[in-house]
Amino acid sequence: MKVIVCVKQVPDTSGKVAVNPDGTLNRASMETITNPDDMNAVEAALKLKDETGCKVIVVTMGPPPAEGMLRELLAMGADEGYLISGREFGGSDTYATSQIVAAGVNKIGVEKGDIVMCGRQAIDGDTAQVGPQIAEKLHLPQVTYAADIHKDGDDITVKRMLEDGYMTIKVKTPCLLTCIKELNKPRYMSVGGIFEAYSKPVTVLDYEALKDDPLIDPTTIGLKGSPTNILVSFTPPQKGAGMMLEGADMGTCEKLAGILAGKHII
Amino acid sequence: MDFHLSKEQLMLRKMYRDFAENEVKPLAEEVDETEEFPMETVKKMGELGMMGIYFPKEYGGAGGDVLSYAMCVEELAKVCGTTAVIVSAHTSLCCAPIFEHGTEEQKRKYLPDLLSGKKIGAFGLTEPGAGTDAQGQQTTAVLDESGENYILNGSKIFITNAGFADVFIVIAVTGKTTNKRGKPIKEISAFIVERTFPGFSVGKHEKKMGIRGSSTCELVFEDCIVPKANLLGKIGQGFKIAMQTLDGGRIGIAAQALGLGEGAVNEAIKYTKERVQFGKRISQFQNTQFQLADMHTRMQAAQFLVYSAACKKQNHEDYSMDAAMAKLFAAEAASDVTRRAVQLFGGYGYTREYPVERMMRDAKITEIYEGTSEVQRMVISSHLGVN
Amino acid sequence: MAFNNTDLAAFKDVWVFCEQRDGKLMPTDLELISEGRRLADELGVQLCGLLLGDGVEGLAKELGGYGADKVYVCEHPLLKVYTTDAYAKVICDVIEELKPEAFLIGATNIGRDLGPRCAARLHTGLCADCTHLDVDMGIYKDFLHEASTLEDARIEGLNTAMVLGEKHDVSRDLKMTRPAFGGHLMASIICPRFRPTMATVRPGVMKKRPFDQAKADACQIVKPAFELSEADLQTEVTEVVKAAKKLVDLIGADFIVSVGRGISKDVEGGIKLAEELAAELGGVVGGSRAVIDSGWLSADHQVGQTGKTVHPKVYVALGISGAIQHKAGMQDSECIIAVNKNETAPIFEIADYGICGDLFKVTPMLTEAIRAAKAAK
Repeated sequence: MKVIVCVKQVPDTSGKVAVNPDGTLNRASMETITNPDDMNAVEAALKLKDETGCKVIVVTMGPPPAEGMLRELLAMGADEGYLISGREFGGSDTYATSQIVAAGVNKIGVEKGDIVMCGRQAIDGDTAQVGPQIAEKLHLPQVTYAADIHKDGDDITVKRMLEDGYMTIKVKTPCLLTCIKELNKPRYMSVGGIFEAYSKPVTVLDYEALKDDPLIDPTTIGLKGSPTNILVSFTPPQKGAGMMLEGADMGTCEKLAGILAGKHII
Repeated sequence: MDFHLSKEQLMLRKMYRDFAENEVKPLAEEVDETEEFPMETVKKMGELGMMGIYFPKEYGGAGGDVLSYAMCVEELAKVCGTTAVIVSAHTSLCCAPIFEHGTEEQKRKYLPDLLSGKKIGAFGLTEPGAGTDAQGQQTTAVLDESGENYILNGSKIFITNAGFADVFIVIAVTGKTTNKRGKPIKEISAFIVERTFPGFSVGKHEKKMGIRGSSTCELVFEDCIVPKANLLGKIGQGFKIAMQTLDGGRIGIAAQALGLGEGAVNEAIKYTKERVQFGKRISQFQNTQFQLADMHTRMQAAQFLVYSAACKKQNHEDYSMDAAMAKLFAAEAASDVTRRAVQLFGGYGYTREYPVERMMRDAKITEIYEGTSEVQRMVISSHLGVN
Repeated sequence: MAFNNTDLAAFKDVWVFCEQRDGKLMPTDLELISEGRRLADELGVQLCGLLLGDGVEGLAKELGGYGADKVYVCEHPLLKVYTTDAYAKVICDVIEELKPEAFLIGATNIGRDLGPRCAARLHTGLCADCTHLDVDMGIYKDFLHEASTLEDARIEGLNTAMVLGEKHDVSRDLKMTRPAFGGHLMASIICPRFRPTMATVRPGVMKKRPFDQAKADACQIVKPAFELSEADLQTEVTEVVKAAKKLVDLIGADFIVSVGRGISKDVEGGIKLAEELAAELGGVVGGSRAVIDSGWLSADHQVGQTGKTVHPKVYVALGISGAIQHKAGMQDSECIIAVNKNETAPIFEIADYGICGDLFKVTPMLTEAIRAAKAAK
């Protein structure tokens, strides 16, 4: 049994976000992190490893520096990493990305007993599409928004969150789960894990390595394989600043209440 | 000279920062206020391998290096001086002497639990009448009639981690001998003492100005029975063991001072960019800019000294003077920089609402313990042959 | 005839997936039907609802009242409770048969499970979590003039896009606008080569139209043929549990008092003060991501890019610095009041009224002042 976790390196949008004059993101000026929901997926996989001794494999698609992120996940306790990387994959939208990652997962091989895990969504795009689309391409059942995961042999029971409650869903392996932050608190890298991280295997999967997969051909990857196009990207205008009230005492509050009452807001 | 950190060290720094930011910083104010030892944090650090960083895996260590350990203490001290010194005293003053001077049996017996943080270590040298002046030692250890146990009597004071430690390295007088010049001196030896040994007790807890969550107590030995097998090193090697241990300890304390100073610089940068006076952010005043430039430069210089001492220890070079210089410089820099940070914060800096006053109180001890700055100057000058 | 999703001319009509839970429509269905009406009119096609469930035909007329010309109703015991497999199969089969040109889905936790799965199966483009939809170029450009910092010339030049090296006229494409990078950037997405164009739409963003009884009566109900059996399902829903606690309705609230990291020194006290102010205003309490991540308020209270998008009459931000993720969820509030100790907090940049002070001192005074002002009316 193994758990394959699909992860993404993203710019840390909680910090300083710089936008180029042409409306694109200035990625060079931003810190990169492992996508937060993906960390919950990694933690869920490592918990299963703690319980069952299964193997945990982390997979990402990205430029060569994304290997650094994989090493960090190996330092947390994952066993192996795969980096899907190649110029041919550039320009892919979520659909084409799913197609490529699914091919990468195929290369690793999904068997009975295995679980593929993803984060619910990435903070750069917030689309939540890649997980379900990988599942579709691999013909795996999916359970998204997993807030609790129990494995009993081949049966997985998932608490799947809804806005107004939750569902309990039973699914058999192999399957794909997408994880949310309520699922767990990701562990830290350990000191010992860090000293082992660079001796664990990381395999690069380039176009050559994946091109024999039926999911991969020039019309299914990159710009050509992407059904969507960006017509335009832009920054929203800042709302103009309003009025700073003088002081912070009862008089200030009375003045504000007066304005609101005068405008019939209250 | 190579000033670059390895890939592993860069990753470690990130992990230490993450841990410090999320697990240590939120508790720092409370730990200071309540003077409570952060036991939960110590457990977490143990699980992550932070209590045994530079010891081999075969004894349960993380398999790292001395610089990686110093960086850990540094990152912890940036947010909490207390948590940093717990790691430093445990690692440098207890784990290190057992690893460096212990027998294979002693290492197998004590290191796995210590290095995994299941047990906490401490070091007992200082007495009411003797600090670094080892010849002032009053605590005695006498072999009993059976010849199987040493009987310890006396007391130690200002012992870091004492209230929560399970294993203590204790320095005691085992007899009389003569020095090279034939002058009679005390024969000093080192012992591994467990908290549960009969006749051992932990006395009064000191109320301190800073590092208030660290447990600083008296150790009391009343006919304390220590098995002969717990003699660390050979009879009469105690002074040498104590001095070597302190050499290593100074790297830890220097790293603590370094972190405290750097933490204060970080806080001051953040604050001065927010605080507005006379219609300007105070970071826009040249005084602020120059102060911060000086503060950062001092801490950067301290970092080079600390890292260099750590690397020398790792490479088994003679690092005694380097450790003394690192501690002297980092401690004085930390005291200065934290004090200046309080000044930049003005009235708010003096309140407990902001962390810089705590950092200033915490920093002061680094000029005092494990050899005062004056003692460091003695060590350095003697290495220069200036006696 | 095989399904050919590149034969764009073969596709017409705008469809809206009308999610039901427990046999009740979701509020977002009505928002999407209302918005879909506009898009269908701009395209000159019909607006159709797609309703899946068991015994749900009775809900169809209501959808008509908000603008649907037609509702496709698919009923089956296996559709009573949502499962990805059953819903995706029925929807994809019906779409392949009836060929809508645009398909909108509410970006609920279910919509965001269903949408990408269907898009992958249909091999078409899906734009997730849209906050603005357009077909008509004039309306779209007006929107950009107002909601973007793009230069006018650039906006006027958006009639075509380069698609695989060729100029493509976008006038009949659905232009789907959505935030990315935590709201720092917006992007308009098109799906020029495949149909249907799919979008999931953020709940609470589109405005519901007034209910029209005549439209409801005129709404046509169609039951397309489909096949579904147990064998199609790979998952089993063993229970559906409603949250015991009544969840806070941020989207429907006229008044929201939100708390941020500023309450950290006395979390319970801070929340209590916010509740008192909210009670006085007749509103509810929300929170920033920091507050939800720290566990001080449950996730249903979260306002912002990763939480809910709100536009109440009054939004009071107490101790919220105003990170862009937060602003993305509340900046369209009609009136924003910010209380923050730090006078350089970004929240003041978008606040209509700002008070620089300690929320623990200011909030009770503000509650009292509003009470007095209301009493004086």
